[in-house]
Amino acid sequence: MPEVKTSRFKSESVKALANDNIQRALGAPFAHFVDGRKSAIDADYTEESWESMRDRAAATKAHTIERLDYYLDLVDKNVRRNGGHVHFANDSTHANQIVLDIARQNDVKTVIKSKSMVSEEMGINDVLEKNGITPVETDLGEYIIQLAKETPFHLIAPAVHKTKGQVSDLFEKFLDSAPTDDIEKLCIIARDVLRDNFAKADMGISGANFIVAETGTVVLVTNEGNGRMTTSAPRIHVAISGMEKLLPSIEDVGLFLRLLPRSATGQRITSYNSFISGPRASTDEDGPEEFHLILVDNGRLNLLKDETLREALSCIRCGACLNHCPVYRKVGGHAYGWVYPGPIGAIVSPMLTGLKEGKDLPYASTLCGSCRDVCPVKIDLPKLLLDMRHKIVKSGGGTMPERLGIGQWHNAMKTRKKLEGKVRLGRFLQGAVARKGIIKRLPLPVVNGWTKSRDFPALAPRSFAEIWRDDLSGGDRS
Amino acid sequence: MRVALCATCLVDQFFPEVGEATVKVLRHLGVDVAFPEAQTCCGQIGFNGGYRKEAADVARHFVETFEPYDHIVAPSGSCSSMIKVYYPELFADDPDMLERATAVGEKTHEFSDFIVNVLGVTEVGGVSTGLVTYHDACHLLRELGISEEPRTLIQNTRGVELQEMPKSDACCGFGGLFSVKFPEISTAILNEKVGNIEETGASTLVANDCGCLMQIRGALQRKGSKVRPKHIAELLAEGLD
Ligand code: SF4
Repeated sequence: MPEVKTSRFKSESVKALANDNIQRALGAPFAHFVDGRKSAIDADYTEESWESMRDRAAATKAHTIERLDYYLDLVDKNVRRNGGHVHFANDSTHANQIVLDIARQNDVKTVIKSKSMVSEEMGINDVLEKNGITPVETDLGEYIIQLAKETPFHLIAPAVHKTKGQVSDLFEKFLDSAPTDDIEKLCIIARDVLRDNFAKADMGISGANFIVAETGTVVLVTNEGNGRMTTSAPRIHVAISGMEKLLPSIEDVGLFLRLLPRSATGQRITSYNSFISGPRASTDEDGPEEFHLILVDNGRLNLLKDETLREALSCIRCGACLNHCPVYRKVGGHAYGWVYPGPIGAIVSPMLTGLKEGKDLPYASTLCGSCRDVCPVKIDLPKLLLDMRHKIVKSGGGTMPERLGIGQWHNAMKTRKKLEGKVRLGRFLQGAVARKGIIKRLPLPVVNGWTKSRDFPALAPRSFAEIWRDDLSGGDRS
Repeated sequence: MRVALCATCLVDQFFPEVGEATVKVLRHLGVDVAFPEAQTCCGQIGFNGGYRKEAADVARHFVETFEPYDHIVAPSGSCSSMIKVYYPELFADDPDMLERATAVGEKTHEFSDFIVNVLGVTEVGGVSTGLVTYHDACHLLRELGISEEPRTLIQNTRGVELQEMPKSDACCGFGGLFSVKFPEISTAILNEKVGNIEETGASTLVANDCGCLMQIRGALQRKGSKVRPKHIAELLAEGLD
């Protein structure tokens, strides 16, 4: 599992704000996603029909997650019936071990991978390398961050923060290629390397966008065609997925194939939609001889036990909530400190890796609600973030100044009399810093960050309640 | 019809002129405004911070204070959404309070929502001047679904022209506690908003929430901008006797 750095959100976000490359990457490409999503939806649907699709998707997901045991059994049975193998992994170590065992039994030297977020959770590339097996990412973005030894910056655009110059430098360093700022040339360099690996790899590892329980089918959605190569060229195909990716029936898939690309990139359909049901059949001309499906828990079953937060398991990793999040759009993906960034990451990362370390993440939101409005499966992200904040406070995770502040507030707001007492004290104390109703510098720790960039208003000389009493009530007091 | 004004803690202590303008507009429209003097705060600060026990105490006080009235009007989308949307969440495990809080929530309206949808008024009758741009406060827009009402009221104010800014529905970066906990991110979001406001060439920025206004005003003042931030009630009260 990659190192969990969720506790460094605050310092990393400040660094990201000062990083020109990151700031540039967060501009135009994301505006493109946001605008593209809107036009793709507007082109084909009325607001009502899009809403009703989201409702159906949310209901389908909720149904499946509530009956996860049943559907896991079903998928197990059907993948086996198709001639594949199913493995259940408790955590990332277990999942890595399963992959290693399959690789060793088959004398695997090179593994090609198409994009899989769960394999990022597992940190599988490191594990394979340590065991003498070469993993090669074949999604171009993933390949770039593999060379750079980074985690994805975004769910569907993992290397969006890299400039062409940085990519050229990486290629020069690792592939011995001549420097170039021509994007097409960079693509050709990558393609040549990847082609060789497609030809020689013994094992292909993919993720799964959806797994159909009723047919034992893994559905893969990609734009580069690398997913299809990964799952068909090598002798062995291993699909790795979180346990929550199930859909009951093949008839459910169409709905999600309409929702996912529009929400993610603004495409009406993704370039490649692969349906994989087991290894090559005796009548097939090609395809892998062996098919394995590894279903990974890694904290998900714990999340499932939580009646509020289990909603997060409906996520189809489209990235729309990131693209529309004002916070993500300023700090980017790495500040979140683990595999999943943005609003959904602020929920999932702490829940899978530890709420204590990740306790800043649920607070890293203005609760503006944009994420909830665009989520194709209608996850109420602000509600879940608020629930996590409550859990953090309940488990004693609130900071000391915060507890003091809230304590003061709580006390003041209990009755009008108490409030007025505190306000009188506040008016007296602010005399030292307030000029003409403005505070330019709050001299208190914790809140002093406010006035570094913004003026703060002083308490008014008379509260509205006093003005009402004296001037407005006309004797009508209640 | 007994209409109670919920001033909100921000208006009460920091921006009382907004409360005065609210009363002026409502009275002009013939509303019998009451101000329950026991009121303090809706509890949102504690709730958003994760301090639900403390928030529930404050919210209970709110419900007790306001439940005798026919309508409750607040010059804030954020406080209104706390009461309407999040009280049921806060009191989910307390059936008695849940019922009472839900009833109070149903009677609670944000100021522009009340004028347009309860009073059925789309023109208040005031007079102002200049180019006005409008910022959609997040909770007003996305929790309560209100975006046309304030625009209608602004456009129907004599002497005023409404000039939309790019991304009027983008967050200003306030987020309550967020603006204190993550001042750098909050400021970065705010700077983008301020840029969009200034791009319109408007002389006045209108919003319906003193949280957003406090944040945006803080930056406008600091940079010496000519744009004047106003609560919608202040704009609508201009030129009324
Ligand atoms: S939470 Fe919703 S919007 Fe965000 S990635 Fe998941 S499915 Fe997409």
